[in-house]
Amino acid sequence: MSTQTLGGARRSGDAPHGGEPPRLGLQDAHRRRVRNAWLLIAPTLVLLAVVIGYPIVSAVIMSLEKDPGLDPATGFFVEGGFAGLSNYSHWLLQQCNSSGGPVPCPPGSLGSQFWPSTFTTLFFTAVTVPLETVLGFWFALIMNRAFRGRALVRTAILVPWAIPTAVTAKLWYFIFAVAGIVNSLLGRQILWTSDAWASRFAIVVIDTWKATPFMALLILAGLQLIPDEIYEAARVDGASTWKTFWTITIPLVRPALIVAILFRILDVLRIYDLPAIFGGGNATATWSILVVQQMRQGANAASALSTIVFLFIFFIAFVFVRFLGADLIGRGQKGKDAS
Amino acid sequence: MRSLRRSTWFRSLALVSATALALTGCSNNSGSTSTNSDRGPITYVQGKDNNNVIRPILQKWNDAHPDEKVTFKEQSDNADQQHDDLVQHFQAKDADYDVVSVDVIWTAEFAAKGWLQPLKDDFAIDTSSLLKPTVAAATYNDTLYAAPVTSDGGLLYYRKDLVPTPPKTWDEMMADCQIAKQQNIDCYAGQFAQYEGLTVNVSEAINTNGGTIVGSDGKTPTLDTSQAKAGLQRLVDGFKSGNIPQSALTYQEEQGRQSFEAGKLLFLRNWPYVYSLASTDGSSVVKDSFAVAPLPGVSGVGTSSLGGHSAGMSVYSKHKGTALDFMKFLESEEIQRLFVTQASNAPVMSKLYDDADLNKQLPYLSTLKTSIENAVPRPVSPFYPALTKAVQDNATEALKGTKSVDQALTDMSAAIKAASGS
Repeated sequence: MSTQTLGGARRSGDAPHGGEPPRLGLQDAHRRRVRNAWLLIAPTLVLLAVVIGYPIVSAVIMSLEKDPGLDPATGFFVEGGFAGLSNYSHWLLQQCNSSGGPVPCPPGSLGSQFWPSTFTTLFFTAVTVPLETVLGFWFALIMNRAFRGRALVRTAILVPWAIPTAVTAKLWYFIFAVAGIVNSLLGRQILWTSDAWASRFAIVVIDTWKATPFMALLILAGLQLIPDEIYEAARVDGASTWKTFWTITIPLVRPALIVAILFRILDVLRIYDLPAIFGGGNATATWSILVVQQMRQGANAASALSTIVFLFIFFIAFVFVRFLGADLIGRGQKGKDAS
Repeated sequence: MRSLRRSTWFRSLALVSATALALTGCSNNSGSTSTNSDRGPITYVQGKDNNNVIRPILQKWNDAHPDEKVTFKEQSDNADQQHDDLVQHFQAKDADYDVVSVDVIWTAEFAAKGWLQPLKDDFAIDTSSLLKPTVAAATYNDTLYAAPVTSDGGLLYYRKDLVPTPPKTWDEMMADCQIAKQQNIDCYAGQFAQYEGLTVNVSEAINTNGGTIVGSDGKTPTLDTSQAKAGLQRLVDGFKSGNIPQSALTYQEEQGRQSFEAGKLLFLRNWPYVYSLASTDGSSVVKDSFAVAPLPGVSGVGTSSLGGHSAGMSVYSKHKGTALDFMKFLESEEIQRLFVTQASNAPVMSKLYDDADLNKQLPYLSTLKTSIENAVPRPVSPFYPALTKAVQDNATEALKGTKSVDQALTDMSAAIKAASGS
């Protein structure tokens, strides 16, 4: 009881200075720490609410409004009014408005492209991220070894990541041109920027080329945290290189690896610049490209689309963190048992 | 993604208010705050001035009008960015964007949003000396919304060493493809990659046969005609027979120009800018062996699509009197001549095309006049972004042979209809 009084008196007296009183009840000290903590992070929270919360909420509100329509009598655009969920059904069910009610969106309209662009985006993610992970791991192992000219190799491996994506896309555009080097080497005339699967393949190659160094860098950081003694102990015990890799390297590098993979997944799900500049038409149109195209045709439908995409990406990231974050060790050990 | 969402929000906020203003402006067109007698300093907005022609022109104006100076706001050199920049400023009702340079394909959209001052009554300008298609491209709903400043039309570049007389019709050109075959080079190419250039080329094909893409309201598709079918079919047949090489499916303006300059192409449809490059480029092997002709048509000259820019006056301008005078100044003979000589921009004033001096400097000028006189603007539609996508997506499939011409046109119509919700 006396402590409480003491603490209370202290609190009112000292709070403005924020100084720590010499003798203080444990509970009060804790409370004060919590309050101070809140005070200290409050500016950040407000900032986050302004720059993240506000846009998200306003996008959702906008997505419930119809885009302006043309008044046939005057030829001017008029406000669309409340839309309910029709902007969402427009994308998810690919329904377009007509005078006779909703009809399936015809080919050549943006509405018809939602699921194809979903496929394209997920395809790029599913193909490039594993490729980048495997290659990145390999590069990281090379960079982690001590050998003459290591600095040179490290620099060389990092160059593609340092080049701006727009420049990368343009460079590869020339490489993949009809009269470009790839076609001359192959002795064929493949339309890399026009044919659907050829252009997707090209995007996969370019993205892998560009992002593998990023993977390698993050994995290398993880590898360098593994103490040499563990490897030495394994060698003394007579473990094979393969076994050392699966039972020491993989489990210990896992945290860095998961972060790297998550970053890349999110990056590829949002990819815009590379396919937008390289080309390929609808075959390489990702979610982000679709959003930007829709912005010029109607901001409210674009808000609905970006909200849908946001939820999709959020969901995928969530599943990834929950699933892989909890399970990779189990898998790694199964791998050990099998070997 | 986040900043994107935020900007859409600001956009729509401004859009709603702009639309409200458009509605009030509608009932009383001259009811905006500024009238044609308000004078003072204004701003002229245009994309990157690559040929350094705008600043000398403004200098000329500013020297003569010290109390009504024009400031130049230079945008980027990317057309999409210019468009989006204008939209944002209009939505914010920015009074500092007085006179803006409007690409011919944006006119209808900006007009329908109520952002451009209609050029009638007190704001009327004299267009009698201008080439008619350039005026049509700046007209929406029978009202002129922008003053044509520069124009552009398609030309047929051909190898005069291999084809002494240029083909007048498409059929003649296809017959000349024999020559290309003997020379082991490609015959004809335009812009057939999936982008705005494809809309230009497909419109030309359809217009040449007498068809149209949309009606005069800019939103009702008119593609279910034998003319439209015949037009698109010509291009599809060209690809099928190999007279248009498959590689042309990846061609924008530059790839076609490079192929032509490398001597690997007999005929090329392109804009006038290619002329000086093909005759001076170090890598051009056709410097002295090419010439230009009007686009080939069905029985005579073909129909070109129209490019170019107009000057539009913002309804939010506070000095519309000065803005109007400045727009008239841009259309004066003196300035039109400057655009030709300094920037090789095709003038909109028809008599300049017959000027002997100018023809000496730009040998293609008389051919270009024929092209522009026979030109049809790309559809003047407030839904242009959706319309051009409908054309591009479906035409691409038809040219690749993955969709029949009939189906492509049916889908095109449906997609154009869906854009306006009708």
